[in-house]
Formats: sequence, C-alpha cells, structure tokens
Amino acid sequence: MAALEDEFTLSSGVLSAGPDGLLGVEQSNKTDQFLVTDRGRTVVLYKVSDQKPLGSWSVKQGQLITCSAVCNFQTGEYVVVHDNKVLRIWNNEDVNLDKVFKATLSAEVHKIHSVRGTEPVLLFKEGAVRGLEALLAEPQQEIEAVLSDGEVIRWTKLFMVFRHPVLIFITEKHGNYFVYVHMVNSHTLSKYTLLRGQEEKSVIQSFTASVDRKFISVMSLSSDGCVYETLIPVYPTDPEENQRVVSSLLLRAVVSGSAPSGVALTVLDRDHVAVLGSPLSASKECLSVWNIKFQTLQTSKELPQGTSGQLWYYGENLLMLHGQSLTVIPYKCEVSSLAGALGKLKHSHDPGIQVMPPFVNWEASQGDGLGSQHAEQPRRILRRRKIEVSSQPAVPPSKQLLTTIMKDSEKHIEMELRKFLAVKTPDFHAIVGDLVTGLLGRCQVEPSFCPRNCLVQLIQTHVLSYSLCPGLMEMAVKKTDVQLLQLCLQRFPDIPESVTCACLKIFLSIGDDSLHQAEIDMESVFDYGDSVQGDNVAAPVDVLQNGFSPEGDTCLSCCQEVPAKPQDAAAATPTCPVTPQRAALLNAILHSGYSEAFLLPHLKDIPAQHITCSENATMTLPGIHPPTLNQILDWICLLLDANFTVVVMIPEAKRLLISLYKFVKSQISVYSELNKIEVSFRELQKLNQEKNNRGLYSIEVLELF
Amino acid sequence: MRARAHVGPGRREARAWSGERGAAGIRCVAYNNQSNRLAVSRTDGTVEIYNLSANYFQEKFFPGHESRATEALCWTEGQRLFSAGLNGEIVEYDLQALNVKYAMDAFGGPIWSMTASPSGSQLLVGCEDGSVKLFQITPDKIQFERNFDRQKSRILSLSWHPSGTHIAAGSIDYISVFDVKSGSAIHKMIVDRQYMGVSKRKCIVWGVAFLSDGTVISVDSAGKVQFWDSATGTLVKSHPIANADVLSIAVADQEDSFVVGTAEGTVFHFQLVSVTSNSSEKQWVRTKPFQHHTHDVRTVAHSPTALISGGTDTHLVIRPLMEKVEVKNYDAALRKITFPHRCLISCSKKRQLLLFQFAHHLELWRLGSTVATGKNGDILPLSKNADHLLHLKTKGPENIICSCISSCGSWIAYSTASRFFLYRLNYEHDNISLKRVSKMPAFLRSALQILFSEDSKKLFVASNQGSLHVIQLLEGSFKHLHAFQPQSGTVEAMCLLAVSPDGNWLAASGTSAGVHVYNVKQLKLHCTVPAYNFPVTALAIAPNTNNLVIAHSDQQVFEYSIPDKQYTEWSRAVQKQGFHHLWLQRDTPITHIGFHSKRPMHILLHDAYMFCIIDKSLPLPNDKTLLYNPLPPTSESDVVRRRTAHAFKISKIYKPLLFMELLDEGTLVAVERPLDDIIAQLPPPIKKKKFGT
Repeated sequence: MAALEDEFTLSSGVLSAGPDGLLGVEQSNKTDQFLVTDRGRTVVLYKVSDQKPLGSWSVKQGQLITCSAVCNFQTGEYVVVHDNKVLRIWNNEDVNLDKVFKATLSAEVHKIHSVRGTEPVLLFKEGAVRGLEALLAEPQQEIEAVLSDGEVIRWTKLFMVFRHPVLIFITEKHGNYFVYVHMVNSHTLSKYTLLRGQEEKSVIQSFTASVDRKFISVMSLSSDGCVYETLIPVYPTDPEENQRVVSSLLLRAVVSGSAPSGVALTVLDRDHVAVLGSPLSASKECLSVWNIKFQTLQTSKELPQGTSGQLWYYGENLLMLHGQSLTVIPYKCEVSSLAGALGKLKHSHDPGIQVMPPFVNWEASQGDGLGSQHAEQPRRILRRRKIEVSSQPAVPPSKQLLTTIMKDSEKHIEMELRKFLAVKTPDFHAIVGDLVTGLLGRCQVEPSFCPRNCLVQLIQTHVLSYSLCPGLMEMAVKKTDVQLLQLCLQRFPDIPESVTCACLKIFLSIGDDSLHQAEIDMESVFDYGDSVQGDNVAAPVDVLQNGFSPEGDTCLSCCQEVPAKPQDAAAATPTCPVTPQRAALLNAILHSGYSEAFLLPHLKDIPAQHITCSENATMTLPGIHPPTLNQILDWICLLLDANFTVVVMIPEAKRLLISLYKFVKSQISVYSELNKIEVSFRELQKLNQEKNNRGLYSIEVLELF
Repeated sequence: MRARAHVGPGRREARAWSGERGAAGIRCVAYNNQSNRLAVSRTDGTVEIYNLSANYFQEKFFPGHESRATEALCWTEGQRLFSAGLNGEIVEYDLQALNVKYAMDAFGGPIWSMTASPSGSQLLVGCEDGSVKLFQITPDKIQFERNFDRQKSRILSLSWHPSGTHIAAGSIDYISVFDVKSGSAIHKMIVDRQYMGVSKRKCIVWGVAFLSDGTVISVDSAGKVQFWDSATGTLVKSHPIANADVLSIAVADQEDSFVVGTAEGTVFHFQLVSVTSNSSEKQWVRTKPFQHHTHDVRTVAHSPTALISGGTDTHLVIRPLMEKVEVKNYDAALRKITFPHRCLISCSKKRQLLLFQFAHHLELWRLGSTVATGKNGDILPLSKNADHLLHLKTKGPENIICSCISSCGSWIAYSTASRFFLYRLNYEHDNISLKRVSKMPAFLRSALQILFSEDSKKLFVASNQGSLHVIQLLEGSFKHLHAFQPQSGTVEAMCLLAVSPDGNWLAASGTSAGVHVYNVKQLKLHCTVPAYNFPVTALAIAPNTNNLVIAHSDQQVFEYSIPDKQYTEWSRAVQKQGFHHLWLQRDTPITHIGFHSKRPMHILLHDAYMFCIIDKSLPLPNDKTLLYNPLPPTSESDVVRRRTAHAFKISKIYKPLLFMELLDEGTLVAVERPLDDIIAQLPPPIKKKKFGT
C-alpha cells in the first residue's frame, strides 16, 4: 500500500527561492544527498537525513545560474552552467566557484543531465546533445541547431536503457508538441509528433516519464486536470521519418487545471504517480498519490502554504517547495500480503515443488502494455532453468513437451499434450502453467499459430489460474475468443477486475452472428432456451425468492415492466433483451469473483448503450446455474455506481431506474418491518418449541429394534 | 424390544453441575502444554481438568465452594495447579487425591489476577487494593516473598515477560510495567477511554500479554486491542475490534499468534504475518473471527494447535487451527463441550425413583404412571404425574461431589468435600420420612463416588485417599466391614464404581490406572483389568455372566469376564474388527451403561447425543455399512431387515441426554436437558440487529 510518511523540512536559510521556485533538485553521488539550485546564484548540497546543508556555493554577483547543478557520478564532481554558456566543474573541497574549472561554450545550454552509469549529458537550447567529456575536449566546438524556429524545449529527461543513455525531450511550437528521443551513444535522433485527442485545446502543464525496456511512457498532466499517457518506442523503426504517437487518457480529473502556481506530475513506480496541485474540490494544494492501475487515489497530503508547482522524486523521497522551505516527504509502497496469514506461504518452502506465487499477478493485469509482457519473459526463462537444474539429468517429459511446443505443428502438440495430461506428474500444477506460457509465447512469435484446442484442454485441467498464465486471457481478449474467455471465467479463481471488465465489454459488443458461431457453454441459461420456445413456461424464479412481492400492488404494476418481475402472469413472460448465447456469457461474468473497489473504475469505461443492455440482461438469466439474486444485485449496483450520471441521461434507462428504485425501496421496507417484528418472531418460535416439547414429563411408547 | 420410556426433560431437576441461580459459566481456562491438559474453572468455583490427549475427556474435577469464586487459574512447574479468587485466597489443588491441598490468604483483598513466572517457580497475584504480590513456590507450599509498588486501583490482569525480568499489569485506565528485581513500576501507560468518539467512564484493562520483544498487548473494556512498546511506554498500534468489552487474551508459545475474546461472543485470531511475501518484516494482522458463543467470552487459551474459549454461556469451545493440524483426525474437528462427563443422576429401580444431584441440593422424584397403551411414538396420557418427593439442601458452602440412591429407594447418600451424609427413607403411603444416620466414622469425611449394592445391604464408598470402604447397612445404622487400600502407596483416587447385581464383585477405576475388581465376599482384590491408554468413562457389571463392560474416552468398549479374568470372545471379536469409524468419531463420552435383565445379549449405553443398544448376537458393522440405522419399515421383508441389521442399534430421539436406564423389562427412563432451557436461564446476550437495514 502506497503511503506518504510524515514530512520534514530542510533548513532554508541559504536558499533564496523566488516566486518561480527553484531551478532544480538533483541527486548527488551519495544517496542521501541532493544538490539544490535556486534561481539566483546559489547551489546547496543537502543531506536529507540530517535535514541540513553540507555545503553551499555561489557564483559572483552579477552572474546567474541558468541550469541546475548536477553531480558527475563517474568523478564525484559537480557541474553547473551560469549565464547560459559558462560551465563550471568543482568538487566538495572547493570553496569559491570563481576559482574552479571553467569552460565557456559556444551555444546556450538548456540543461545538464546526469544519471548513474554514464557521464553527464548536456542539452543545448537548439536541441543538440553532447556528452560532457566530448565537450570538455573541445569547449568551443560548433553546436548544430536541431530545433526549428520558435520551438521551445518544455521538458527533458535522461534514461539508462540497457546501459545506454537515452535523452528524451519534448518541445512545443504553436501549441503542438514534439517528442525527441536521442540515443546519446549512437547519436540517433527520432522525432515524434504528439497527437492529442479530445484534449487538443488544453495546455500540457507537466510531464513525467518512465522507461520500460522497449517503451518510454510519457505521462502528461493537462490543464483539464487529466493525466494522459503516451508510449514511445525506445528504438525507432525508422528514425528518419517523422512519426506520430497518440496519447491516451490515464487518469481523469485529478487536479483542477487552474492552480495558481502550476501543477506537477511525477512517476513514482510502475503503478503510482504523484500529483502536485489543487484537487477539484479543494482550494488548497495537495500532494496526492494515485494508483494508475486501479485509478484510485491512494493517499494525499495537504500543503496549505502553497507550492511552486515543482516536484522531484529521488530514491524514496519526494521533494518540493512548500511555502518558503524545501520539504521532503518520504514515500513508501509496500505490498501487503494476507496470504501469509492463511498459512499458504508455508507451502512455498517445500523442496522440489516449483514455487508459484500464490498471489494474483497484478503487474500483468494491465491488458494493454506490450512492455509488461516482455518484462515477464526473462523471469520465466529463469524459472524454467531452475527446473532443469533441480530435476533429474534425464530430460523430463514436461521439458520434452515444451520443446515440442516451441517447434512442432499444432496437431502434434495436441497429441503430445494429451499423452502428458494422462499421466499426472508431481509438480503438475507448475508445469501446466509453463506449457501455457510456452504456447502463448509461440503465439506471439507466430501469429498464424493458434493452439486453441490445447489451451482449452489445459484450462479444463482445473489447475490453471490467471496468475499462472496472465497472457492467456489477454490473448483471448485480443482475438475476441468468447468461448475461451467463458472457460477462463468459469475456471480461474483469480481474474483481475480489469480483465473481467474487458471480457464484459467484448461480450456486450460482439455481434450476434459471431456469437452464433461460437460454441458457448449454455448450461447456465439452459431453462431459458426452453422458455423462448414455449411461451407460457414458468417465469424466472431466481429474482423472486425474497419478500418482495407481498409488498402490494402499487409496485407490482410497474415491476411487470421490468423483465425480471412477473410472478403469476404467464402472459408477461419476460423477453430477454439478449440472445441466450450472450446471456450465458454474461452469466459467466456474474459468477466470477471480484472486489468492488477494483472493479468500479473499470466499469466506468463501459459505453452507455451497453449499460442499459447489460442491466436488463442481468435481470433475466435463469438456468441450471443461475447467478444468485445477490450476485445480480451487486452487479447492478456497481454498474449504477460507476455510470450513474450517464444512465440518468439515457431515456431508455428511465424505466429501469424507476423499477430498481421501487425494488430497493420495497426491500428497505421489508427489512425494517422484519426488524420490527423480530421480537414477535422470537415469541412465535418459542411458542412453537413449547408445542413440540413433550412437556416436563411424559410417558412415550418406544419400539426399540 | 418394546419399552415404555419415561422421559423427563429435566427443566428444573437436571441442572446438574450448577447452582439454582443459573448455569455456571466458565470463568477461566488454563492450558498446560506439557501434559496437554486444560483446567477450567466455573463461576461457582468448580475446577475441571480436561485431558486434551484423551478426546477432551473431563477426567478430574474439584467441587465448587460458595465463597470461592475463581478469578484466575494457572499451572506451574511440575504440573501443579493454582487458583485465586475474590475471597482473597490462593488455592492449590491436589491432582492425585482430587482435593484442595491448601488455601492461603494473600492479604490483599479480592484477587483479580494471577500468573506464574516463565520458569514456573514463582506466582504473582494482583489484588483489589492495587498490590502485586510475589510468591515463591516451594515443593509443598507457597511462600510470600514481597510486594511490588502499590497501584491506585485493582490489578485486573498480569503478564510476565518471557525472560522473567519484567511484568505488565493491567489496571483501570492504565497499564503498569514493573521491574521484577526492584519491584518498582518503570512505566505507566494510560489507556484511552474514548471509543468511537464516545467517552466511557472508565477503561478497564481486562487482559495484558507481554511478548519477548518487549511488546505489551492489552485488551480493554473500550473494545480495543492495543500494542505498546514497554521500553518507551508508548502506544504502537491500536485495533478497535468490538463495540463491547474485549475480555480476554492468550498468546501462543511461539508468539506468532494470539487470540482475544469479546463480550459479544466473538473470538478473534491475530497472527504475525510478513508484510510482503518474502520480507522479514512482520506485523500483527487480525485474521479470523469466530462466533461460537452467544455470551461473553470470559477466557481464552491458545494451545499449539487450537484456540480454546469459554464464557458465560457455559460452553467450552476448542477450535483447531486448520493450518497447524497435520492429519485429519479427531483433533481437527471443532469441539463444543457443554455437559459434564459424569453421571449426576441415580435411580431406584424398585420404587421408580430418580435422584438428581445439583450443586447445593438433591431432588428426589417419583415417576408417573399411565394405564393407557399405544403404538410406537405415541405419548400416553398420564394417570399420575411425576412427583417431587424430596428437596434435600446441603449445609455449608460446599458443592455436592456425588450422590446415590439405593435400588430399594430407602437409602440416600451424598458427600461434599468435607462431609458425608447418609439418610434412611421411610415410605408410608404418600408420606415420606427422612432420618439422617449420625455418627459417620472419621475416615468417611468425603467421598468421590458412592454406590449401593443391588440388594441395598451394602454401601461402597470411594474416598479421596484412594481407599474403598465397604459398609454394611442395617436398619437405621451401619457397620464398617472393610477398606480396600490402594496398592503400594499410590494415592490415586477412584472415581468410578460398579457392583455386580449378585453383590459379589466390585469394580473400581481411577483416572489413569486400570480397573480393579474386588471380591466382596472374600474382601480381597480379585484381578486388575489390563491397563489401557485412555481413561475410563463408564463401568458396569452385567447380571448373571458377571461380565464387566468398560467404556473408554476414545470410544472403545471392552467386555471383560470377571470369573475368567479375561476379555470375552465378543470383546476380542470387536477389537479384531474394530469399531465403526462413525462410532469412534462421536465427541461425547459414554456416561452410563445398563443391562436388560431378560436379554443377556443386550448392552444399553448412552452419551449426550444418542443411546445405543448393542446386541451381541448380531454381526458387527464394518465401515461400509450404515452405522446409524433407524428402524427399517415393517413393510420390508424379514430378509431385508436381517441383512441390514447389525449389533449397534442407535437412537438419537432424546438429546441432549443426561441419563438413561432400564427400570424393568418394559420401562426405560431418560432424562433430557434441552439446551434452550440452559440458554433461557442465562442473562441476555448483547443485543445485535438481525436484519441489516
């Protein structure tokens, strides 16, 4: 659980923070120390744990530091640029910046970047990039202009990708944004135009980015208060061409766009971002941590004295200017595990049996990022290697099957699989997971390869779970393979809510024609099929088993309009708004487990016309395994909660809402009546018992064997 | 067999183990890891010892005492058992002789709490006057050592740090931490009175537990479980868990889990769980709630494999921790012990009288009669209702240990912890006169079990010194015939007696040693039944054959021929084949065994939830056959009936069943104790809404 810890301030005596805030905060070569550069003449080195400055350096009166000081991690020296062109390099022992190494450059520097593992990289205002060493070798070298006229650098960041520094910077020209990715070592530059959808009119106020092996994910906070994400490949397919990247909505309305001092956004980890700004409801500024996977606000902290709209995140510390002082808020994100309490962790130490995480793999739940899948791969390979080492030297059958999967034809695989499934091996559970992963892996490499039957067989072994093969449902979603999805929904105990929602979307949007072709398990709507043919078959019973109907005629009249309601009138047999196939699929969703808090944000994305459809549908699905009334009601409530504003506006939904309202109202009155008569019930029960009692003493005739 | 059953659901009569004021709720439990025994004290001062290894059998008990309200119970080194209570006394129990060894006043007013040091060599009590007193346990007594710093108000809970250097004491509104060496309070941790915004008048710390890392866990009347750092005296974490008081806490020996009980009847399990899946950092998480009680859970205990709780609703609940149970066996089932494991009712067959034993009085009832007949299941109209003949109140504050009525109905004997009473009854039409036999000999001060011979001419008394007295009864007086002394200096008390109908044989069994059979005519030991691992729960000698039937707490039943000094053929056959698994899985012990005078092949036995007639002539059931085999419909052919018939005829029509005996060939008497009646006598539980709105 992500949490912000108690804040503390660093003494601000030395700093002269202006209204625009600081120039920058950079990491030093010791983890606990930061270089803070103000907008005037001073660079201060802070030690966070001591909450005090270790050193302070200033340039001469009249000079002005123009880009924040950084630490050269390779030498331990500090680098700063003042008056746009003058480079200074010094170390801890130096006292006066006038006396230290100085180099005057031929072009104006925009920013110096330094990360661990590489030399500092300088970005010039014209868009050129140079390494520090190359520059120092020839300070007056010519610096080319990359950017066109009027193009201004808005934001930059340096990453290490596979030990290669990659500099990304975003420019703006006439309201258009361009993303440049510069590979520092190979000097390749690729340019992307940032296409923005509906948020075209808004101004981007803050950027942040994280890198995930193949993609750089750039997040931007617009003036409409939403966070958008753009995925940019690290290695461009064609560096020459000007490509376009599209941004997509990640978080809706996290801050109000009109903060007096601006807003800021920082990626904390894969799942969390920190946003600095005033939330929509309040006027005071807040630092809030959002979970982007679940789109939930994890924690927030009020900053009543106002900020400069700047936010830095290094190590585990969030730094910002709060009022006049530099404030540090430590951020912690721990994964909580309740599974330990249930005694499940104990088994993970069993030797010989391959360790499978008993947890849902949330990392992989994000259905869209290709990168996340790739991130999984190395781990799996590692794991497989572990098997090889631990198992006997002879090649085990599972291993053979895996190689078969990698090479042979579908038919062959199917045969081998059948053989394998016939003999249950001790770590069967783990091997089946590996097999599915293998199959999926090959699917990705060869788009034509589609081992559907194998997958169905494997799913039906009942040992698979979502966490064992997160890719499986993703693939099925991608291919809109409803049968496979239904199977998964029925068999997997741990499907993340986002995937459930994706399934729901598919089930609602898929055309009837394709549904008819699919072989769907119709068990759950078995009765329904009959009732469609014969028209006066008993009405669905599942929604009626409560104390609803005795509540009087007033609501019965309207309830009959709701397809779920009629009890006595055969004439009013409901017509299900969806085909039985779709109903079966929806039932599968209703049966699947979920957690409200996680499901709710995903439900928000369901298109409006589907909502009414699904709500109608959820009320009319009888069958052999019908969902219970509670399951249906919970879903309806969730759907309504998630989309209430939309549903209210749809005319078709009005009737439904009224009937639901009546239903709830009657339920409430039933329960309150029950509460009132509880005492009478108890008395009745007592009377009943007394009747059954043989009395204090009785003589009975008893035939004993 | 056709019988006329007299069924008396003893609404008033069979409140056997409790006083008239209502059922005796459980006040404390103390678990002893070494012997796997559980000591349970009830609000009337009774202390019971359950052997968890022997199917949770209640193998010993110490009768209650009106003034001895037990507030604390603990085991010390060498498996010695101490209790302390509101009369200000510390009591040690003699687990061999089954009596109170000594009682010692602590001179601090009522004692609210007591705990033994981790080494088991010292005893600490917390008193009403705010004092904490340290006692040294010597081999045969305890000795006051010193007082700790006196606190302002009563000490309600105590816990010793596992190293023995510090103790935590819970009081009203605060917790003190004492240094044992100096006896001075080093920290005083104030407990917040507020709960959910409501300020209670006082916050009573009902329980504390000191962990080896210095954490003190407290539970209080504001419904909180709180973690304190004893080194700094600061609150670390607070879990509000109930809207009512949290009354009790017990920590596992490994300190990786603990259990608390609340006044709402809920028991919560807390466990120390890794924060992340493989990090070493751990935190306490509330994991499982259990609701097995309707009333206050006054006390909890934590055995290595189970959570034990007891409270006002008189149930003792043993809830196994499934992750700790390795094999699925008897221990893996939830156990709820409600009824005593001994027989508190005796009957006079000739006069059709029932004698009910209560904590402080005896009641004698005459069974009613009817002239009507009927078919199976009919309830016949009574021509004469059951009569309450006698209400015999004890003198003094002590509870009755045992009682018996002779078969002819003219003798009643009972015993308390210090006195033995024998009465002679005279019946003149409807009048009954009672005369106490005076001048009981000094050695008959107290008895654990009393039995009259079938012809009512002899009285057998098992005294708590281990000896068995044989007394000849004459009209209005008696003569001591003989005393069987325990073998070779053992002092183990005999708890169960059985005499053969012809009066020649007397069988006696203690809590652990085997069953001894004495020849009453020759007044000498006849033989000893080979020892068995599990305690005996019931004994009886069959008429004519003189076969001794023994039921053990592991549900085994043996038949031993006294004249032949060996197990009978049938018993060997049963042992060879083994009992039906469902028979072995029953969770209440057999408390009474009886015989039909005309059907030598039948044995009648019952536990709290069923009675069974074993027909030795029929084949034994194996695990594939249906054990509970209700009467097949008469329409079935004889062949089918015979094929499905087996030796165990079980009936569950009367439950909970306290007593069942065959009076004559066609009459059976059963005493039921409906649970609802017990609950009705309890104070109302904390009200909770049943229907959520």
